[in-house]
Amino acid sequence: MLQLVLFNVTNGLIIGAFYVLMALGLSLILNLSNVINFAHGNFLALGGYIAFVLTPYIGFWGALLVSPILTALFGFIIERLMIRRVYNRDPVYSLLLTFGLAFIMQDACRYIWGPNGLPMTIPDILSTPLSPDLFFITWYRIFMVAIVIAAVAGLFAFLRYTRVGIRIRAGTLDLDTVAVLGVNVGLLRSFNFAVGSLLAGLAGVLAAGQIGLNPNMGDDLLMPSFIAIIVGGVGSLTGTLLGGLLIGVAGALTTVVWPAASEAVIYVIMLVVLILRPRGLMGEEGMLT
Amino acid sequence: MPNSQPSGFSRRTLLKSSLILAAPPIIAARGETPIRIGMVNPLTGILSALAASEVEGARYTVDVVNKKNGILGRQIELLVEDSANDVGTGVQKTRKLIDRDKVDVIFGDVNSGIAYAMSQVTSEAKVFHIVPGGHTDPITGTDCKWNVFRICNTTSMDAAAVTADLVRRFGKKFFFITPDYAYGHTLQDSFIKNLKALGGEYQAELLPINTSEFSATLIKAKAYKPNVLLNNMGGLAQINCMKQFTQFGMQKEMHLGGALFELETVKAVPADAQAGSWDMEWWWNQPNVPGVADFVADFRKATGKTPSARHWFGFVAIHSVRLAAEKAKSLEGPKLSLAMEDMDLPPDVALQPGRVYYRAGDHQLMSNIFVGDVHPPTTNPDDIFTVASVVPGEQAAGPVSATGCKMVHPA
Amino acid sequence: MSVTTTALPIRNTPARPWLTAIIVWALLLTVPIWLPMLGGYTALAGRVLVLGLAAMSFNLLLGFTGVMSFGHAAYFGLGAYGAGLTLKYLTASTPLAMLGGIALGGLAGTLFGLLIVKRRGVYFAMVTVAFGQIAFYVAYSWDSLTGGYDGLRGFSRAPIDLGFTSIDIVNNDKIFYYFLLFVFAIATALQGLLLASPFGRTLLAIRENERRARFLGIPIERHIWLSFSISCCFTALAGSLYALLNNFADPMGLHYSLSGEIVIMTVMGGMRAFWGPLVGAAVFVVVQDYISSMTVNWMSFVGLIFVLVVLFFPRGILGMLQRGSVK
Repeated sequence: MLQLVLFNVTNGLIIGAFYVLMALGLSLILNLSNVINFAHGNFLALGGYIAFVLTPYIGFWGALLVSPILTALFGFIIERLMIRRVYNRDPVYSLLLTFGLAFIMQDACRYIWGPNGLPMTIPDILSTPLSPDLFFITWYRIFMVAIVIAAVAGLFAFLRYTRVGIRIRAGTLDLDTVAVLGVNVGLLRSFNFAVGSLLAGLAGVLAAGQIGLNPNMGDDLLMPSFIAIIVGGVGSLTGTLLGGLLIGVAGALTTVVWPAASEAVIYVIMLVVLILRPRGLMGEEGMLT
Repeated sequence: MPNSQPSGFSRRTLLKSSLILAAPPIIAARGETPIRIGMVNPLTGILSALAASEVEGARYTVDVVNKKNGILGRQIELLVEDSANDVGTGVQKTRKLIDRDKVDVIFGDVNSGIAYAMSQVTSEAKVFHIVPGGHTDPITGTDCKWNVFRICNTTSMDAAAVTADLVRRFGKKFFFITPDYAYGHTLQDSFIKNLKALGGEYQAELLPINTSEFSATLIKAKAYKPNVLLNNMGGLAQINCMKQFTQFGMQKEMHLGGALFELETVKAVPADAQAGSWDMEWWWNQPNVPGVADFVADFRKATGKTPSARHWFGFVAIHSVRLAAEKAKSLEGPKLSLAMEDMDLPPDVALQPGRVYYRAGDHQLMSNIFVGDVHPPTTNPDDIFTVASVVPGEQAAGPVSATGCKMVHPA
Repeated sequence: MSVTTTALPIRNTPARPWLTAIIVWALLLTVPIWLPMLGGYTALAGRVLVLGLAAMSFNLLLGFTGVMSFGHAAYFGLGAYGAGLTLKYLTASTPLAMLGGIALGGLAGTLFGLLIVKRRGVYFAMVTVAFGQIAFYVAYSWDSLTGGYDGLRGFSRAPIDLGFTSIDIVNNDKIFYYFLLFVFAIATALQGLLLASPFGRTLLAIRENERRARFLGIPIERHIWLSFSISCCFTALAGSLYALLNNFADPMGLHYSLSGEIVIMTVMGGMRAFWGPLVGAAVFVVVQDYISSMTVNWMSFVGLIFVLVVLFFPRGILGMLQRGSVK
């Protein structure tokens, strides 16, 4: 029994790591620009599809490196072209914009690559399990977690130690002052959006290796990302990190006792948080209210 | 007269005005007005690959039949609408096809829920309705209707056919992984019923429909040591389950099986997930059945693809209308329905051995179920399935009384 | 202390509202006459009315209280299920079905509103989306009650028995359309009265400047919660009509993509105008119906509409017409 629980906790952390990657990107964009990126799941899919296209030429490792960067570039362009124009307006417009963008991107993926799923080849060494006893943990899962840890660590380091990162953090607290201090706020936001998209693209490449490619592949990750942010607390990246891991583990543990409820449990957690501690685990009162 | 109108208006006015202008010649050459068939299918959404194949099969057949003088001497016009996997849209499009476009026949939907909702509209409007690919049992069971016929098998039929084969070849101890919704429940219940009749035992796990992570369940399966693991999941979930099954090396200890694993889906998965024993509702590679090879070759020439069961559904749907119309000499709903009951499909439409016909009691097509093994492609990229046994539909379906259908014809 | 003025006139010039209302009603009453001539069909008009009502109900919250809910389809869908369940399990009575729908959706909205009433802005929107997905999840999981993924079936609208006569809304499309119109009329009349009442004016004040309204002693949270509840009740009514229209209720009626469509209809028609959402619904439904028959890639066009409206027509159709007149 203990072994089963331990296994599921590990599994939950692996799934949670995935949620974290997605939710962090979403949270980044939300915190600085006050925009809920409904198209975030589609950026994930885009990252996966770009990797699919690149793999025959530069291999899986190359695609892993290049695809998120290209996704980030795409995000940057979208932000400059469209999203930038609606910042100063009622938030409903940015929601509608990303919503429409999601429709367009999903249809574009379906149009370009077809409605069928497409397989993504991953290097053979990653497909093997750790050991006969630990048959359920393949090297690919370990690899995914390692990448996520690296990415998250990189993100936090970036935000803490680089000038741009510090500006982004400052901007989430008080954008006007940052602007007054001479920072090009527009460019900052665009860059921030690009970073968020990069994380989504990375998640997409990892997901593609695990579940293959599909125009709808991002949809199922969007809601858990939302919930990770709500549970962790809007405005706090650490909170998002914890939130993602929490719901991942909770879902996995529920699979042990009541598998059919494993999806419901994340909603239950969200409701509980909303009732008992509405600002989330690490949210600050007054953030984005 | 306004000069820009939606196409519906201009299409009809064109017809009307051309009729008026060309009255005498038209009266002489009867049958110029095309027969309209409306097809509602989820062309967008998760079922789009399957829906697209059905539409493609139907379109191909319309071309073929039109070249041979159509139905009752009239050309067929196929109007396709997207239900977007949403009931409201499916119902609305059905009403549109019936009220505005005045179709004679309706096909649809792959999504059983939508197919059912559509059938309520079509039976009220007394329009003949064929469900080519929606599997849920009640459509030709407890919810059967006088004007609705179905081509694909019921969920129970698939399960019944597969169980016998799996038990015979691999053993009686099963482990089920099933999606927790109506289709999953029906499928699992049907498997269990057939398994128990053969003296088998089982353990089952119900999971959310969109599960992507199966390790916990697969661990339980491994501990149970079944002969066969039944993967009842659908769509992406089915594929992920199989991938993880293979990744964990479980194929060394137990066999993998399930009900439907369609050609479109098989081709989309990596080689390590192309495994297990499943059933196809029609299969293109039947070397001993005359006519099949010619059909496959002709289809490939016209579309560049090898026909799948879904293509065949579309094909059969159009031909069924033709055959019923020729038998009834009319396109009226009630007359077509009576003509379809107990109607056999000729060999060049059935494209499989045995007697393939629409059972009068429940309007279900009794076609064969091809049970066999999926494997990575050999020389031919579409050769991913080897037939182990061919189960007659009637045998798998059981008697009409078991379906719960009470067919009531309009007065 | 300087006096902040509101940015836009919040009331139309006196003659305008009547003109818009007259035009709208003239068109709505004569639909069976002119719609088939344009290649439409009565069921399409029914859909416009139902979604228009949903959008107008939503707009009580967005356009008139200034609160953004992005999960309103939940109440719409719950209304549909409420009506369906009533017809299927309780009684074959259309009025009771509508009440059942309003009860289910309205209650859910009222309770949920209590939880989130202190939040604003995008956070509020996010939480409403999440709640919508909870409702969606319950609908497709609880299949013994709701029919699950396949939807709730096995019920149909019942003729309305008025004692002295029975209105056959089951088989006659046109009569059913007028029935929908009748309910629509009553609902919108109530909404209009509400907005013109002191309560409604308070909502407008909250929309314009919440902090100021708070300083005036207005209990903001209570008003927002009431507005949310009322909006959900009306949206649930629209949902129950939808169930009657289709004789079916399904989980997609709860999905956040429908929520997004309701919002775009509202914005496209003009969220500051009373009839705006209806106009937006009409345009959106008709365009979507038309485009989806033309091409499989209609989703791109719909997405494009979202983008274009946001970037170039944010005031919506009636908003642009209004601005044109006020000069």
